Amino acid sequence: MSEPEEPEFRIAFDGVSLKRGERVIFDGLSCGFPRGRVSVVLGGSGAGKSTLIRMIGGLQRPDSGSVRVAEQDITGFSERELFKVRDRIGMLFQGGALLDSMTVAENVALPLREHTRLAEMDIESEVDRRLVAVGLSDTGHLYPRELSGGMSRRAALARAIVMDPEILLVDEPFSGLDPINVRRIEALLVDLNRHLDLTLIVTSHHMASSLRMADRLVFMVDGIAIAGPPDDLLKSADERIVEFLIAESDSFAEHHELDVTPLMDRRTTPDRRKNS
Amino acid sequence: MIENMGYRSLVVLEHLGKIAQFALRIVVCLLGRPYRIRRIVADVYDAGVLSLPVVCLSGVVVGGTLSLLGYTTLVRFGAEEALGALVGLSVIRELGPVLTALLVTGRAGSAIAAEIATMVTTEQLDGLRMMSVDPVDFVVSPKALALLIVMPLLAGLFIVFALMGGYGVAVGLLGVDGGSFMASMEGSVKFWNDVIGSFSKAITFGALTGLIATYRGYISEPTAAGVSAATTGTVVVGSVAILICDFFLNGFWGV
Repeated sequence: MSEPEEPEFRIAFDGVSLKRGERVIFDGLSCGFPRGRVSVVLGGSGAGKSTLIRMIGGLQRPDSGSVRVAEQDITGFSERELFKVRDRIGMLFQGGALLDSMTVAENVALPLREHTRLAEMDIESEVDRRLVAVGLSDTGHLYPRELSGGMSRRAALARAIVMDPEILLVDEPFSGLDPINVRRIEALLVDLNRHLDLTLIVTSHHMASSLRMADRLVFMVDGIAIAGPPDDLLKSADERIVEFLIAESDSFAEHHELDVTPLMDRRTTPDRRKNS
Repeated sequence: MIENMGYRSLVVLEHLGKIAQFALRIVVCLLGRPYRIRRIVADVYDAGVLSLPVVCLSGVVVGGTLSLLGYTTLVRFGAEEALGALVGLSVIRELGPVLTALLVTGRAGSAIAAEIATMVTTEQLDGLRMMSVDPVDFVVSPKALALLIVMPLLAGLFIVFALMGGYGVAVGLLGVDGGSFMASMEGSVKFWNDVIGSFSKAITFGALTGLIATYRGYISEPTAAGVSAATTGTVVVGSVAILICDFFLNGFWGV
């Protein structure tokens, strides 16, 4: 599918290839993520969703091609140069990646202590403000090991946004969470995007949340990306997308007993839904 | 086979180069601001204070054993007054720094390697990078420096406890005269050559253990097997490196 006209890409991949051993992860991948929008990256396990996000943060370098972040090609950047780019980026890792030797409050305060000259009192009030925003007001004194999965991810979110980033990368925020926590984190992310005008990039294979949140969907298939507005892609006849949607809607229907007939109508293979 | 040996030699050389680079990064981080005093103190506590029981207990036992063995040999020649010199010289020159280094590598070095490797596995180091914080500066350098600081202190403590153990067994158990035990030790141990030499050995071993433990943790694979390999690698490579280094220090400088 050709890339539709977009207003402005904050992040752009151009002909990016990456191999891990003999396995091809990206094969000339090109796609863009518009400023101030929620882009959801979808794809099966091993499709390279997390690698894509890590590349935006400069944690992974491509074998060839270029990655532009905030008008800069970061492909050849040194670690020091990447630090400057990362000042504009917040990242929420799948496991939270909170430092387990520090309390939640110390974790959230870490970027402020490292990069600002704020007084201790101001840092504390800023940390409190962020923890309240993610619904964790009374947990500052706890260590990450004392938090549940959902709480841990919200604490990590507080840390990711404490420096007011322009771009927020979120890796699999919903995996392993119960439906209440999924809704809670989804609402938090959407709120952040609306109020702070964040460019939000979320990887997920949680179809329902993705469709609710996304201004733009990016499907990772066979080492390339197929991107566009959700409505266009959901109507797409591209069999790789249809295949993915059917597989996801199967499991979605099984677990939630919802009507997904609009998706099912486009299936090309015999009905595989157990509960139909 | 020759091809295999060549390949392995290249791998070892590559690692040596990377370790040298890594050591340089640690030194640069330690010299530059911020100085991270609180993290260094916390790591000194973890590596040092928590190693105290094992080091003190081993010291007493090693000193006592040396007295027992030395006495059985010396008494045949009627030279049991020289027991103080034997215990003092062996403990201060050789056993103190070497055994302490081996104990600390097993106790604190492996713990440091496991902690850093776990941080790699749980993406904590990547988390720091994404906050524009250099993990070598924030996590690695304080731990490496902590081992460098605690090693001579623990070696000193090991020596004191070993001398106490040796004295206790010699005087209390074997009936050697306390005065002649101390006099023979005082007469044979030279401050500059033996005590300062022992101190420099301990510092060298501290730097070596700190470097190997942090490097092994830092380059580990982000898996459970990676953590285990980092821990084992630290103890094995660290211990062998200490013994080899000790040989060269003794051989070249007579330390």
